[in-house]
Amino acid sequence: MKDSLYLAWRYLVYHRIKTAILITSITLIVFLPVGLRVLVSQSADQLTTRAEATPLIVGAKGSPLELVLNSLYFESDVPALMKYSEVARIDMTRMAQAIPLYVRFRARGHPIVGTTIEYFEFRGLEVVRGTNLTMLGDCVLGARVAEALGVEPGGAVISSPENVFDITGVYPLKMRVAGILGFSDSPDDHAVFVDIKTTWIIEGAGHGHQDLSRSEAVGSVLSRDSATIVANAAVVQYNEITPDNIDSFHFHGDLGDNNLTAIIAVPSDQRSEALLRGRYESADDMSQVVPPITVMDELLDTILTVQSYVIVAVVVVGMSTLATAALVFILSLKLRQREIQTMIRIGGSRGSIGSIVVSEIVVVLSTSVILAMGLTFITSRFGSAAIRALIL
Amino acid sequence: MIRISNLEFSYSEGEFRLEIPSLAIERGTTAAVIGPSGCGKTTLLNLMAGVTKPMAGQIFTNAVEVTALSDAERRNFRIRNIGLVFQEFELLEYLTVLDNILLPYRINASMELDKAVRDRAIELANQVGIGDKLNRHATKLSQGEKQRVAVCRALLPDPVLLLADEPTGNLDPSNKGRVLDILLDYAARTGATLVTVTHDYDLIDRFGRVIDFHDFHSALSGSGERAASRIAGSPGRRDNGETGQR
Repeated sequence: MKDSLYLAWRYLVYHRIKTAILITSITLIVFLPVGLRVLVSQSADQLTTRAEATPLIVGAKGSPLELVLNSLYFESDVPALMKYSEVARIDMTRMAQAIPLYVRFRARGHPIVGTTIEYFEFRGLEVVRGTNLTMLGDCVLGARVAEALGVEPGGAVISSPENVFDITGVYPLKMRVAGILGFSDSPDDHAVFVDIKTTWIIEGAGHGHQDLSRSEAVGSVLSRDSATIVANAAVVQYNEITPDNIDSFHFHGDLGDNNLTAIIAVPSDQRSEALLRGRYESADDMSQVVPPITVMDELLDTILTVQSYVIVAVVVVGMSTLATAALVFILSLKLRQREIQTMIRIGGSRGSIGSIVVSEIVVVLSTSVILAMGLTFITSRFGSAAIRALIL
Repeated sequence: MIRISNLEFSYSEGEFRLEIPSLAIERGTTAAVIGPSGCGKTTLLNLMAGVTKPMAGQIFTNAVEVTALSDAERRNFRIRNIGLVFQEFELLEYLTVLDNILLPYRINASMELDKAVRDRAIELANQVGIGDKLNRHATKLSQGEKQRVAVCRALLPDPVLLLADEPTGNLDPSNKGRVLDILLDYAARTGATLVTVTHDYDLIDRFGRVIDFHDFHSALSGSGERAASRIAGSPGRRDNGETGQR
């Protein structure tokens, strides 16, 4: 057997291009349906687990899918915006806890999630280094973000401008890293968490600048009367919130008019959930409430249907490829008749010669299966993140 | 050493028929088999080797009745006792020179490939002048070198009978002489019997005996005629086999 394997190996190595094509084809035939199934089921598990853990999402009317994807996975386009006053509306019902979310801005590619301390409790997130959000302008990094950026508590992260070509747009805000969250194997690992008000400052709804009433700011004053001071363009705007300048940060207008992308509503019981959903049923209401699991199930139904078609297609292609591979082996045997006859004439036993051919097939098939298993393992390890990025 | 009696053979298709009433080749004989193309020289070699089985008659090789053995027994007998050399070398292109020489030990479970066999393969390769090409693939060799590899493969199991089917047919004059030297030298050193089919009449004077196929009762293409021509001036002893060596 050892000698048959050796001769089979020499044959396969010598005809390495043919062997590589065969192994690649069979590997793909085995891997594609298995890998796809693993990938989809893992992704589905991840997606539904987070959706199941989030009872209701309240958002402005628009695409429920966009709303859920943005609120749960911090990906997808920014959904239609709603007002912060909606939080008070839910609080007043006493039916659910309302956790505001403003997921619109990014810091070096990572989503900035504006929320409140309740979010960390709700998701069971714990700060493993540093502290939680303590003041305006602080941020807490998801574990993967901290890893990717190499930032520790005390360091800083700067928000990215929404559009680098828009000089009147949002200015970057330098945020102090207060703490780092532990790994949660969820989209929270990839997010930068800030207080909801910090996102409004990033947005420009709130700002801080030098005190125009002080004498050193005289060059920045355009006009002054007893009630109003009008600044000129020379006024110093702060792009970082520090203990020294925090008092200068302020919001104009009603806080309730500031933007949110969504509110996570955590009803106290099933009855409250039903009542709360009923309140948003009105066609006149500008907001909607959606159970994320329903939205994700609909999405996954579509994905699973597509997956079934893809698997059927892959199996059909796979069968024909296997038939071609079998043909290649048969033709190869025919071409090797002279070689086989030589071995028989020399005195080779039929068993030994047969086992050389069988060994070749076994080596090709087992190499293909091992490669397919390797690919499936890689897929199970990294594929779900990739497909989540693709889906979201 | 080789004794054939009342041999009859024909292929399932065609009208070729070979009949050898009696032929004996003594141990240590070096014999050249000559005759026109298609007269059955290669068939005779295959019958002697036990590659094909006759319809009737007996073949004894080294006191073993090859014709009475089963397929598997004949293969085991052949690989241990008979070295075969072919005109077209029949090397495996995907193997190196060394692996080609070692081939008999890899294709039959009854042969054990150990260090001694490997050393002997290297020694044989050195003896025939291809010791520096052991790791080359057969396709990278000249014709003469290929045939020397094939001869090493045949000699490796120390056969008592060497059957060579036009071993010099594809070689230039200098390689013809060299390959024949190796075969004859082996037979002389070990006392092995060498039977060589050849069309190379320049070389037959180097054999101790010439078996002239013209004189066998072989029916070619159904003509049934007895071949009449004989090779004039052949210096080797020649016979038609019916009475053994004359």
